[in-house]
Amino acid sequence: MLRIARLYIALVLVFLYLPIVVMAAMGFNASPLYALPFEFSTRWYQDLAGNDRLIEAGWNSIWLAVLTSVLATVFGTLAALALWRRSFRGRNLLRILLLPPIAIPWLITGTAMLVFFFWTGIGRGLHAMLIGHVALAIPYVVLVVGTGLQTMRADLEEAAMSLGSTPVHAFFRVTLPLLLPSIVGAALFAFAVSLDQFVISYFLSVPGMTTLPVEIYSAIRKGFTPEINAISTILLVASMIIILGFARFARPGGLGDSR
Amino acid sequence: MTAVDVTAVAKSYGTTTVLSDITQTFGEGTFTSLLGPSGSGKTTLLRIVAGFVKPDAGVVRIGERDVTDVPVWSRNIGMVFQSYALFPHMSVAQNVGFGLGRRGIRGAKAKAEVERALEMVRLPGYGDRYPRQLSGGQQQRVALARAIVIRPDVLLLDEPLSALDRRLRQEMQVELLRIQRESGLTTIFVTHDQEEALTLSDSVAILDRGRIVQVGRPAEVYERPKTRFAAEFLGDANFLTGTVRGGAVEIADSMIATEGPLPVEGSQATIAVRPEKIAIDGAEAMPAAPDEPTNRLRAKVLSVIYSGTSLTYLLRSGELSLKVFAQNSLGRPLDSGTDVVLSWAPRHSVVLAD
Repeated sequence: MLRIARLYIALVLVFLYLPIVVMAAMGFNASPLYALPFEFSTRWYQDLAGNDRLIEAGWNSIWLAVLTSVLATVFGTLAALALWRRSFRGRNLLRILLLPPIAIPWLITGTAMLVFFFWTGIGRGLHAMLIGHVALAIPYVVLVVGTGLQTMRADLEEAAMSLGSTPVHAFFRVTLPLLLPSIVGAALFAFAVSLDQFVISYFLSVPGMTTLPVEIYSAIRKGFTPEINAISTILLVASMIIILGFARFARPGGLGDSR
Repeated sequence: MTAVDVTAVAKSYGTTTVLSDITQTFGEGTFTSLLGPSGSGKTTLLRIVAGFVKPDAGVVRIGERDVTDVPVWSRNIGMVFQSYALFPHMSVAQNVGFGLGRRGIRGAKAKAEVERALEMVRLPGYGDRYPRQLSGGQQQRVALARAIVIRPDVLLLDEPLSALDRRLRQEMQVELLRIQRESGLTTIFVTHDQEEALTLSDSVAILDRGRIVQVGRPAEVYERPKTRFAAEFLGDANFLTGTVRGGAVEIADSMIATEGPLPVEGSQATIAVRPEKIAIDGAEAMPAAPDEPTNRLRAKVLSVIYSGTSLTYLLRSGELSLKVFAQNSLGRPLDSGTDVVLSWAPRHSVVLAD
């Protein structure tokens, strides 16, 4: 029974990771047609270094992800504090309204954004993508930070105030340090949502001013070269580092003891 | 040391009245318990004194100062929360020193104060530990040290012992009382545990539906409850209702004498008798003084609850159900169905106001 279970897990892992490993390996194969036998080469990485379009798109992606992460984390954290620490009319409705944007297919969200931005004169371009990505990432941030707030007792702030802290001082000395793991986790989440975003970026980009996933997509349509493998591998490694960082900071269950 | 004065304080949430017209002085250096069932408003009253809740009406004074509109952080209170509320990301020393820092006391002076406070709660040398490394009782002591190190004008305790197990709770009661006596702090203690209130307090205030129904020394409140609620909530009681006739209360065919003033002749009166004040058959403890008239009531034993040191008899006398606590001094409880005579002194017949 145990052997079958182990075999099963091994198969799952192979299914998940083998294509990725093959993809990364082909980035180091000399043949442009993915032909075997394997011959090690860094040719495609050198070619990539000369491919300004891909590199510029890569930088666009990274800047967009960083900005999205910062903005979505600030707005999302503030929203989470309001939704979990204050009581006001319509609070529960607002909490529920956070969920649909996560479930709505990106294709639909993208179309809606395109139409809306066209109407309001915001138009397309990196600024529109930024707005779109931030809007997309905020619900994730609110949920992650909100979960962190729920595991943190409200009477800690009261204790600080009873000892002479103003609400602002209590927030910075008690709430924020305890919430930091959740906030860092949320920021990484927002970063990843933006970095991986294709559909909305595709709708909102203008030619010559786009992100890596969109650029890769257009490159593939023109013809597939292992350069794509090279940049994909770089992107993959970057994503993996972020996900591992997320796992490190947002340990399941938050702090061991939040009292 | 400062007295706390609450005058005509009221608070409602929407249409629900939580407190109505509370006026109470918490004397300098005294230990007062606010005792009541959940929903009686005791916690709200404490939070009003703390400053977490703003009353709709009335005045709160700490010493000479009217603090009704002063926020929590400017009130100089020490508060211990039900769940201790220690800051998990700070060491014990940082927790205890938090309030000192807010008062501009830092460095060596703060360190000495923290050490002194930790000694007072019997946790010297625990400064470098973190709350999660401490047991519940130790966390409770740290919370107490953190509250008293700032030399507050008043110490507010919100059911601080309820999360501890029974043995630890009794130990902490003794500690709490010692620390309160040593520090001389005016203390307000919220609890729903009647035994705790009786053991610890100089004064017990019983709350019911947003009102203080009775306040006084523990023995006074216990021996002379004013209302049925007070008699029932603090301890156990038998209630006997009858008609006032000739300076006594006629119940069934017995005349029950009391010492308290009775309502007018012919009206209804309710008497409370504590179960341990009643002697069974007149043979056991609590005989009346020879020259004192004794109340007598015939009854039949319905059942006995045997708990080693003591016995609880459930009896019936006519329409009345009665409960009697007796010491198990003979080691031979009476059988169910035995006919007995119950007797008690008139001064233990407490006439209730309602």
